[in-house]
Amino acid sequence: MAFNFKEVMNKPERLAPGHRMCAGCGGTIVARTVLRALKPEDKAVIGNATGCMEVSTFMYPYTAWEDSYMHNAFENAGATLSGIETAYNALKKKGKVTETYKFITFGGDGGTYDIGFQSLSGAMERNHDMVYVCYDNGAYMNTGIQRSSATPMYADTTTTPVGSQSNGKMQNRKDLASIIASHDVPYVAQSTLIGTMKDLYEKAEKAIYTPGAAFLNVMAPCPRGWRYDTPDIMKICKLAVETCYWPLFEVVEGKWILNYEPKKKLPIEDFLRPQGRFKHLFKPENEHLLAQYQEEVDRRWEDLLFKCSR
Amino acid sequence: MSIRERMSGNEAVAYAIKQINPDVMPAFPITPSTEIPQMVSTYIANGEMDTEFIPVESEHSSMSATMGASAAGARALTATSSCGLAYMWELLYVAASDRLPLVLALVNRALTGPININCDHSDSMGARDSGWIQIYAENNQEAYDNFIQSFRISEHPDVMLPFMACQDGFITSHAVENIELIEDDKVKAFVGDYNPENYLLNADMPMAIGPYATSPFYMETKMNQRLAMKNAKKVILEVAEEFEKISGRKYGFFEEYKLEDAEIAIVIMGSAAGTTKDAIDALRDKGIKAGLLKIRVFRPFPGEEIAEALKNVKAVAILDRAESFSACGGPVGSEVKAALYDAKVGVTAVNYFYGIGGRDYTVESATSVFEDLMKIADGSMEPEQFKYVGLRK
Repeated sequence: MAFNFKEVMNKPERLAPGHRMCAGCGGTIVARTVLRALKPEDKAVIGNATGCMEVSTFMYPYTAWEDSYMHNAFENAGATLSGIETAYNALKKKGKVTETYKFITFGGDGGTYDIGFQSLSGAMERNHDMVYVCYDNGAYMNTGIQRSSATPMYADTTTTPVGSQSNGKMQNRKDLASIIASHDVPYVAQSTLIGTMKDLYEKAEKAIYTPGAAFLNVMAPCPRGWRYDTPDIMKICKLAVETCYWPLFEVVEGKWILNYEPKKKLPIEDFLRPQGRFKHLFKPENEHLLAQYQEEVDRRWEDLLFKCSR
Repeated sequence: MSIRERMSGNEAVAYAIKQINPDVMPAFPITPSTEIPQMVSTYIANGEMDTEFIPVESEHSSMSATMGASAAGARALTATSSCGLAYMWELLYVAASDRLPLVLALVNRALTGPININCDHSDSMGARDSGWIQIYAENNQEAYDNFIQSFRISEHPDVMLPFMACQDGFITSHAVENIELIEDDKVKAFVGDYNPENYLLNADMPMAIGPYATSPFYMETKMNQRLAMKNAKKVILEVAEEFEKISGRKYGFFEEYKLEDAEIAIVIMGSAAGTTKDAIDALRDKGIKAGLLKIRVFRPFPGEEIAEALKNVKAVAILDRAESFSACGGPVGSEVKAALYDAKVGVTAVNYFYGIGGRDYTVESATSVFEDLMKIADGSMEPEQFKYVGLRK
């Protein structure tokens, strides 16, 4: 079905307003967009790793989730959902459940790239029919902006603070989408919040309705952690894509597909400049760090182009 | 007619699982419980049961997936030992607070430090305050019988707590003994169908589980768990009574062996009870009034009942198969002594350690403890606390 913005936006919300996420939170927009991709007639069980999203949407005695929902712990969203999905198969076989259910779990980059990585890897390798959505805001935002393995190089975080002897995080971010693609799952995609959300919506739809394990890595800016002007979220996401910092791609049954190639690749400074966490990079003495940053972005982009050309 | 067989404790539990035929079993291997998922997988591979087995990548995930399956509305269980249980530790508390009636077959093994694969109770004792029901078996028969009763207790609407069915690693899990099995149809009828009131896959009523609970709500959650644990006492006895009707075997919170007129007694849990009974028989032949109280149900802790059963003995030794490093006693010792104090039972009680990391506990070991108790009872020896029975000199 062709993407119809009006129709999609008129679908009933499955994450009710009244949750306690910050205004302008990228993670919430990701969750709402992904849930819109569910067919209204399909039931779903939503999993959630501990994090901002969990503590803000399910504070006893209120839940913002219209579907069944389970939060277990920080590091086990993948395994928890694999148990739920397996229970569904067992109960369906026995005729105890007749409806169609879909299984989607949300985790931040802390719960996905780091502490929940093993649990995610296990669930993907076993190919449970589920979608794991990482809303990647590049740090442990819930505990107050500590670095994660998703944090970009040189970001100023509370555990990689910029100081007289430090330029922020010293390592490059882990390329999780590639790692999950190497699990040979049927569907992996990277997306972010672009335009009408068509890219994310369609990828969510494919992820949900492709049998087997699927993984979505979605860049979800956090205005608190990234220190940009909150209303600029869509601009930030667009710059991430136009600078090739956050390329949009899919890996379908092992085939790498580039979804968008900027006509004119913008310099990485354009993405970094609006964000307070990279402020130090724009001091005159740090020019070489920016050059190095550009080199790394280029290297990864070339690598992706190569994968997609095969 | 019951079926006479020869089985190890692990075989007995795997057989019970086959008969219960739960919906989902996630598991990860760890000695000495590994055989249980192996045997279940074999039953499934041969079409003898239709449980969905999830070969997870860790015990952390086996508990997580068991919890997910249970919350989804499935009857779910797993098995583990030692470090596997320790790896699940965080989730044990979550499972209890989420009120998930799942079952864990625990084959007791020492916790690492140094690594040791043999029996002691440090694994389950570490989890004693996690909100799980804990029942211990003396032998393969009890491991089987306890397992058959597990879901009935756990799933009772007044309970809804996770259940740890414990047996001693190797001593029980790997030793082959005679066993009486119950026919499949009787087990099936006894365990019954599982139809939870609230579950994730209930299309009519979605459910959210695992909330963030702030201080105005958290404490009530704990109080409710406590009430459920109290209710479990009643339910454990009711289920045992019903079980007796199909098996002829009687179970309570604990077993008393020649305790009624005993002057000296040992309190112990698990396989060492059998060894202690042998020592008692020999002492009784010599006219020494020795007895045993074997704890079966450790959570909920039957403190009042234990104190009542011990009120007429002159001296008692509470034997712990796990250190607590409080430097003033082991877990069983501390709790039994507290129960005696609360009930104003003034029996002289010593708390010894035995069998740690699989150290042999022989009839001679038990006899040596009784010899101490005789001297303590007649006043010829001052009670010495926290001795290690069978320690190398």
